[in-house]
Amino acid sequence: MNRKSLTRRSDFEWWIEPTGQMRVPGIIYAGEQLIEDMDEKVREQLTNVATLPGIRRAAYAMPDAHWGYGFPIGGVAAFDPDEGGVISAGGVGFDISCGVRTLHTGLTADQLEPRKVELADALFSRVPAGVGSTGAIRLSEEEMDEMLRGGANWAIVRGYGRPEDLERIEEGGCASGAKPECVSHQAKKRQAREMGTLGSGNHYLEIQRVAEVFDSATAAVFGLRLNDIVVSIHCGSRGLGHQVGTDYLKAMVIDGYRPIPDRELACASINSELGQHYVGAMRAATNCALANRQIITHLVRGAFSAVVPDAKLALLYDVSHNTCKIERHVINGESRELFVHRKGATRAFGPGHPDLPPSLREVGQPVLIGGTMGTESHVMVGTGESEDLAFSSACHGAGRSMSRTQASKKWQGRKLIDELYEKGVLIRTRSFRGVAEEAPGAYKDVNAVAEAAEHAKLARRIVRLVPLICVKG
Amino acid sequence: MASWEHFSHGSDIGVRGFGNTVEEAFEEAALALTAIVADVSRVGQGETVEVHCDAPDLELLLVSWLNAIIYEMAVRTMLFSKFRVVISGCSLTGTLLGEEVDPERHRVAVEAKGATVTALRVVHNHDGQWVAECVVDV
Repeated sequence: MNRKSLTRRSDFEWWIEPTGQMRVPGIIYAGEQLIEDMDEKVREQLTNVATLPGIRRAAYAMPDAHWGYGFPIGGVAAFDPDEGGVISAGGVGFDISCGVRTLHTGLTADQLEPRKVELADALFSRVPAGVGSTGAIRLSEEEMDEMLRGGANWAIVRGYGRPEDLERIEEGGCASGAKPECVSHQAKKRQAREMGTLGSGNHYLEIQRVAEVFDSATAAVFGLRLNDIVVSIHCGSRGLGHQVGTDYLKAMVIDGYRPIPDRELACASINSELGQHYVGAMRAATNCALANRQIITHLVRGAFSAVVPDAKLALLYDVSHNTCKIERHVINGESRELFVHRKGATRAFGPGHPDLPPSLREVGQPVLIGGTMGTESHVMVGTGESEDLAFSSACHGAGRSMSRTQASKKWQGRKLIDELYEKGVLIRTRSFRGVAEEAPGAYKDVNAVAEAAEHAKLARRIVRLVPLICVKG
Repeated sequence: MASWEHFSHGSDIGVRGFGNTVEEAFEEAALALTAIVADVSRVGQGETVEVHCDAPDLELLLVSWLNAIIYEMAVRTMLFSKFRVVISGCSLTGTLLGEEVDPERHRVAVEAKGATVTALRVVHNHDGQWVAECVVDV
């Protein structure tokens, strides 16, 4: 990105000053190198988002921001419905409520080592992953609607999980106000065989080891110590969410708010009929994602109990990073109800936030930053400062530095799998090309992203995780 | 001349179809879509599926067409390697020829989530060739 178009406010804060139709500034949180490597499209898209009605404070980009759909990926923007605010299907993303959940196995690396290969095979055979894979659960139309209203809670009532999981999921595992009637028949049909499936692309199921502890006191509250083994699951709302995104993007392009600087920014006034329908459908898709990750958790627990029965597998936390949530924030001294879009960005509540469960309230929310196979992931914690900086938000992952096309030309899947094996990472996949497209070298340095988020005071690093087993779609 | 290619997008992938007619460009863009998901040369053509879509303009018709294919791929767990398109005004009738997904034989890579309006363009160039392109979220 051309730095001349930005005003540097601090080492990790860069402003696009409001000009033309911009109602608020654009603010990017990143270090010098990340800014230099950042796509010019991020500046363009952030500038466009800043022109939308009802936007409050600023349009924000996280350190891992890159070219998205109208909104940059790694973008945060909050809109006030009473000020003509809008909601955007592109600002939430096609994979609604895609996110990461991390479970604590209660095992150490030494305890896992003798069973590692067996566990990799058990996970790969039990968790459906990749193009054309289907789950074992089939839902009638009524059951589908119940799932769309109930989210992870629906799954737990049906035996896919433990009641105590719920307090470790945003919004207690269920997005309220879901309207299954606003989800198309096609979207439900697309989901019919996809409950409990991982998907493909950058989605994964990883067994990881705590390789570094940055803050042992907070890590202890999270139950994490050096060499502990955790499980991380990255996936979303599957076919249903993708179809809801597709349906409402088209509806917003045709019947949405006007004027907009580019039609990829298609949106609808929150208070319009279309806006309200999308809110109801998006929340239903959120519940689909939460139910999906819950079912996968159940499958993972099953695999462990067959191979390493001593594993505890308590849920550390579940975050969604493609969302629009209704939250209260203080604007000009007044508490307002805002619709906060986070596309490729994670909510990161600081210590004392009332929406956190009592067991986490004192330290803040776990912020799960996914890496890519062969590279690190991070568990961070929300800060008090993040509320004023970016409506309590932080980054979500590494973000790509190279396109899929380039990556598949540069790397060979089979060779990569062998190289990672030499480094102690077992990959299980049905797609060598998929592995090549997801090569660790095609992503930005996740450590630099996490470090930038920490320096910008969006979140603090607690532990660094390295992968031992990775199931890829 | 009819052909297709992919183009780069930060996190996803763009499809671009060229043709002597707009229909041909749409057919080629559809081949580019299948080529995101799998090795298109390995996909058979034993089964036929018909789709129909409408949109207010040709560009949105391209998005609707690609999304109709993505939908059929998902609900039928099929891949398609031959496409026939008939466009009348802003209505499209398409014939998809393909077969059930076989992850190993088809060398699958990644699912397509949806065609987007990002980098969306349907143009008739000065040389008489049609180009149809957009980014697909994967």
